[in-house]
Amino acid sequence: MSRLLRTSRLFRPAARPGALAALAAAGALTLAACGTGSGSGGSGGAPDTLTEIDYYDAAPQNTQLPQILDECGVRNGVKIKHQQVPRAQFMPKLLQQASARSLPDLALIDNPDLQQVAATGGLVSLSKAGLSTEGLYPSIAQAGQYQGQTYGIAPGVNGLALYYNTDFFTRAGLEPPTTWAELAADAKKLTQGPRYGVAFSAVGTEEGTFQFEPFFWTARGNLKELDSPQAVKALTLWKDLVGSGSASKSVVTWTQADVNDQFMAGNAAMMVNGPWQLPTLNADKKLHFGVVPIPVPSPDAKPVTPLGGEVWTVGHSKPAREAKAVAVVKCLLSQDESAKWSKDAGYIPSNQRAAAQLASADPQLAAFVQEVGTAKARTTELGTAYPKVSQALADAIQAVLAGGTSPGSALSQAQSAAKN
Amino acid sequence: MSITVQGRQAATTAAPAPPGGRSRGPARVRWAAVAFVAPAWLYVAGFYLYPLASSIRMGFQDYTVSSFYTGVAPYVGWDNYSKVLHDGHFGETVLNTVLFTAGSLAFQFAIGLALAVFFSRRFPLGGPLRSLLLVPWLLPLVVSGTAWRWILDTDSGVLNHVLLNVHLIAHPVPWLASTHDSLTAVTLVNIWVGIPFNMVILYGGLQSIPGELYEAASLDGAGGWQRFRHITLPLLRPVTAVVLTLGLIYTVKVFDVIMILTQGGPAGSSQTLTTFAYNLSFQQLEFGRGAAVGNLLIGVAVVFAVVYLRATREQRQAGR
Repeated sequence: MSRLLRTSRLFRPAARPGALAALAAAGALTLAACGTGSGSGGSGGAPDTLTEIDYYDAAPQNTQLPQILDECGVRNGVKIKHQQVPRAQFMPKLLQQASARSLPDLALIDNPDLQQVAATGGLVSLSKAGLSTEGLYPSIAQAGQYQGQTYGIAPGVNGLALYYNTDFFTRAGLEPPTTWAELAADAKKLTQGPRYGVAFSAVGTEEGTFQFEPFFWTARGNLKELDSPQAVKALTLWKDLVGSGSASKSVVTWTQADVNDQFMAGNAAMMVNGPWQLPTLNADKKLHFGVVPIPVPSPDAKPVTPLGGEVWTVGHSKPAREAKAVAVVKCLLSQDESAKWSKDAGYIPSNQRAAAQLASADPQLAAFVQEVGTAKARTTELGTAYPKVSQALADAIQAVLAGGTSPGSALSQAQSAAKN
Repeated sequence: MSITVQGRQAATTAAPAPPGGRSRGPARVRWAAVAFVAPAWLYVAGFYLYPLASSIRMGFQDYTVSSFYTGVAPYVGWDNYSKVLHDGHFGETVLNTVLFTAGSLAFQFAIGLALAVFFSRRFPLGGPLRSLLLVPWLLPLVVSGTAWRWILDTDSGVLNHVLLNVHLIAHPVPWLASTHDSLTAVTLVNIWVGIPFNMVILYGGLQSIPGELYEAASLDGAGGWQRFRHITLPLLRPVTAVVLTLGLIYTVKVFDVIMILTQGGPAGSSQTLTTFAYNLSFQQLEFGRGAAVGNLLIGVAVVFAVVYLRATREQRQAGR
């Protein structure tokens, strides 16, 4: 008690403003201290623990990743503290850590977000640290770059393709569609009772934009010009699928995981989804399905899909720590680990040769590998401005599918919102 | 406890000390008082004033992603506010907030009052039934919100199933998937969440109305409606003021219900100021603008908090 009284002399009424400032400073210091607590390892020498963060919250990725991390940790004589946060909180969390100057040593960042994080200045240049992107798909190598330096490298990539239920297709005597016209016609024929012809995700976030981009880009749309006739054409395709009842009105609320659930439950004969669903889908022995590339507007067009996947980054700390983290990333990106990760988590190896080998061994992956060759990184056209345009596009898609706005006017609104 | 006693003793013994000299006693009393108040100051300063000041400051800054690392965020005056006001979604968002709040309050209050009047009569199982009505209040919103998402699903939701079977609708209503219905859907769920709060407080208010008033009124020949209109409503007025202002402050800041059901979508049709601020800050990473919207919201809440304090003060004075 007496100690309390003595310390309280500091807080004489007259001294109040100063005390407040001191308190605020103390608060800030404590916060900073909390942040760096886990980050600062041994003094100068090689650290014994590294921190890692990612947003995989579903199996099999969230069980496979810690295993691979452990392996690479053991090989480099370091313990890796694994942490996962939900996707929606990932960027805010990373920024909060950046503000405390305690970015995790290793972070697995979604490739369209890489440039934003790199722009903070908190990441170590991997090209300067001696890591090379040779042999990787040029598009993913480019997605990891900011102002000429490589800040992130992907162990595996993904894309979107069309899954179809072979049972429904054989019963209806149909072949999987290759063009938009066939897609619309097949979807209509396969819509029966509670079952819809096709399912996709048009949720109002980057996820919805990602699902729309294969159609948008294949129609030769350009993210810098959201209201082009090509973009209108692509959005009209989605509008007609929902309008004709071939796709559920609920697509605007479905995430890609929800779409996968609908497909597995037999509520959709086709779905647009990524290879990361393969482990789950294959686990269901009663489900028979095939995978084909995304249909194209005319038979001579080639599908252009967005490049998905996360890149490994190293946060700034002390030289010895950074070197250790780089060594671990090198291990994570090695051919063995990258191939293992791709296989277990449903990714395509980012190394072109490894991907080609995998495609010939696994027909399920053939469509994805074929598409990754022509895939486009989402930040190619816009760089750090991408998230804003992506949000505007997602809003336009929702306004059309859920609100009955015409594709033309929704997209011209999106274009003016993106410019703001 | 011991300190106050000591302090008092010190004060009495020190009283005859020569005037002019700084007596130790009263000073110690003052410090003791400060010591008791200090934790509250610290708490308020650390957890209310500092964040509030930061938020107000951030509203005037161009706070970008790199500001987090560099700590540099230039001041831009009212730029964030003007950008937010000119945002294509702002008008709709404000309208949504008003409709959501007004709709929730009106129905929560009306249904809560009806149930409170109903349960103030004694009947078998009245107690257990009344407790059951509290369930929406006790359940974590993440749980009930997810359940409502299933209930309101267009294709497989039980609500559409029931409505179709009793032929109230011809086609399934896309509750959460249409820009025309989503605001209604989130408001309905929020009404459901808010009814118990209104019922409990109003029920308490009803208990404090003396029964003799009703007896006297019926002797004078007043019917049920007249008794409600001329006794219940006027005597319930103080409680009503509290319920409505508190309800308003709670409803304006509702976040979880909307976030779980629609995330403010589709196409911003169920976006309110809270989800708008969240989207700006944490999805689009426009922290300055997000803070600006948050500050507007704080302003609204403060206005109604003052109204509430006024109302309760008048009530206390009237009670004296």
